[in-house]
Amino acid sequence: MRLAGFYAFAATVALLPALFPDNYFVVVVGASAGLNVILAVGLNLLMGYAGQISLGHAAFFGLGAYASAILTTRFGWPSLLALAAGLIAAGLLAWAFARPILRLRGHYLAMATLGFGVIVHVIMVQATGWTGGPDGLAGVPPLDLFGWEVSGDLQWYGVIMAAALLAVWLSLNLVDSPVGRALRAVHGSEFAAQMMGVDTARAKTQAFVVSALFAAFAGSLFAHQQAFVSPDSFDLTVSVELVTMVVLGGLASTFGAACGAIALTLLQQALVVFEDYEMLIHGALLMAVMIFLPQGLFVGLTQAARRLGSALVRSRPSVAA
Amino acid sequence: MFEQVFQFLVTGITVGSLYALVGLGFALIYNASDVVNFAQGEFVMLGAMAAIALLSAGLPLPLAAVVATLLAVGVGLLLERFAIEPAAGASVVATIIITIGAAIFLRGIALLLWGKDFHTLPPFSGDAPIRLGGATVLPQSLWVLAATGVLVALVRAFFDRTLLGKALLACSFNRTAAQAVGINVKVMLRLAYGLSAGLGAVAGILIAPITFSSYEAGVMLGLKGFSAAIVGGIGNPMGAVAGGLLLGVLEALGAGLVSSGYKDAIAFLFVLMVLFFEPTGLFGHKVAERV
Repeated sequence: MRLAGFYAFAATVALLPALFPDNYFVVVVGASAGLNVILAVGLNLLMGYAGQISLGHAAFFGLGAYASAILTTRFGWPSLLALAAGLIAAGLLAWAFARPILRLRGHYLAMATLGFGVIVHVIMVQATGWTGGPDGLAGVPPLDLFGWEVSGDLQWYGVIMAAALLAVWLSLNLVDSPVGRALRAVHGSEFAAQMMGVDTARAKTQAFVVSALFAAFAGSLFAHQQAFVSPDSFDLTVSVELVTMVVLGGLASTFGAACGAIALTLLQQALVVFEDYEMLIHGALLMAVMIFLPQGLFVGLTQAARRLGSALVRSRPSVAA
Repeated sequence: MFEQVFQFLVTGITVGSLYALVGLGFALIYNASDVVNFAQGEFVMLGAMAAIALLSAGLPLPLAAVVATLLAVGVGLLLERFAIEPAAGASVVATIIITIGAAIFLRGIALLLWGKDFHTLPPFSGDAPIRLGGATVLPQSLWVLAATGVLVALVRAFFDRTLLGKALLACSFNRTAAQAVGINVKVMLRLAYGLSAGLGAVAGILIAPITFSSYEAGVMLGLKGFSAAIVGGIGNPMGAVAGGLLLGVLEALGAGLVSSGYKDAIAFLFVLMVLFFEPTGLFGHKVAERV
């Protein structure tokens, strides 16, 4: 029962390409929605459960992507080894950075993570010898999964969605583990959690490292899928979009984050039609959702549905009796 | 070498003054409402772009500057009324997203009004450089310094000497208590947003002759202003001014002596270092969490 939502999600993901084969919206937009699901679910562990904001998460996404791109094109590493190296690099960086940065609160934390993201982005643009600078790196070889080279939109859809399902499953289990409970305690009140014997610094560090790993993983897949990386895909706008996905869906809900990721991906596709009005509508929608549905779309709507359900039950006393 | 460093200092103090003005706007709004307004940089952009548009529509420069500032004040008031007020009591993350949404919205309006092109204002009093020791100073830099000095002094006097300023301060200390002694907190909030939008717009108009302005020009300036406010300890107006000057000088020295491409990275590295050692900024108050 606990994983019922997960199975429903998995079935939908598997059925969509069967029902609409070769549909651009399903296969291509779906794949990019899948990557965003991994990113948002990972960031939600940090933001929704540990209650720590990160305005620089695109940096870890980029780290994974550039690790894969640089190691495969410049050094001829096999793609899985490069992916693992990207994960290790992102994990270590997050771990080293976590202690000093997670001592900060509220807006100071927002500033520090934002600064971190800007610094990593500047390095991507400036270290041209390694990263190819603003032009980026082209010719990233296809992802090689033990002899199977992923190619074509449909295969990529499958790989990315499998990864997204893995991310959702991991997140659901993590949240229900002792680590997850410690994180929620930190979110409630860090000081009170400390009094209850929770090692809050450790819990926050774990959340930060895990969410960085999710992001770096998505980054590696992204680099291989696009066969190209450039700094534009990892700038502040992307960090803000990631935060938006998590908050849009509803904080502290794995499915909320996943829904937010899918909703924002679809929205961006839909807004392209409006060309110059895209920015205006994007900004207005962000404000409107936050003002009128502060718990997010997914959480807000499920709560509304539950209230409606209980109202219906109460209006029929014979059933209740 | 010494002359070069002196030149970098002049540049740094000029840019730092603008960061100080933007940071001051952050501090004002934070004080009044506990909100960090990520649309602050967009006020700077609106000020600059509106002044440029009004000038090319035939208005004389001083009048264009005044009207552009008033326009930005109006936008600030609208932002407070329609985006901040309805979301009273929202979490820190929610207010960050709302103001980021507002920033994107304002950028979208600027894009529709003025397109993607870069624009610039003519300097207020010519562009013949003034020699000062071994360095050269543009007349516009002197305008920036003088205007910043006057505005900072005015804001200070406003808080120290006027009843209105003290009422605003009272709201930042304790909103309920302020309400209880008869201060209209709502009006004070609007005052803070209008004031800080005006400060931002003036910064934008001052810098418009030095750099190019476009619909995106406010993003980095906003971030640097936020950095200034954070380095100074958020909610401390004079701390934000000091933070802005410090940031501008360091950035100019870093750009000149290390690498101009890494200028923004150097600025943010400095901010991170400050936070690592002083988690509430250089001049901030220590806070205790209540259980």
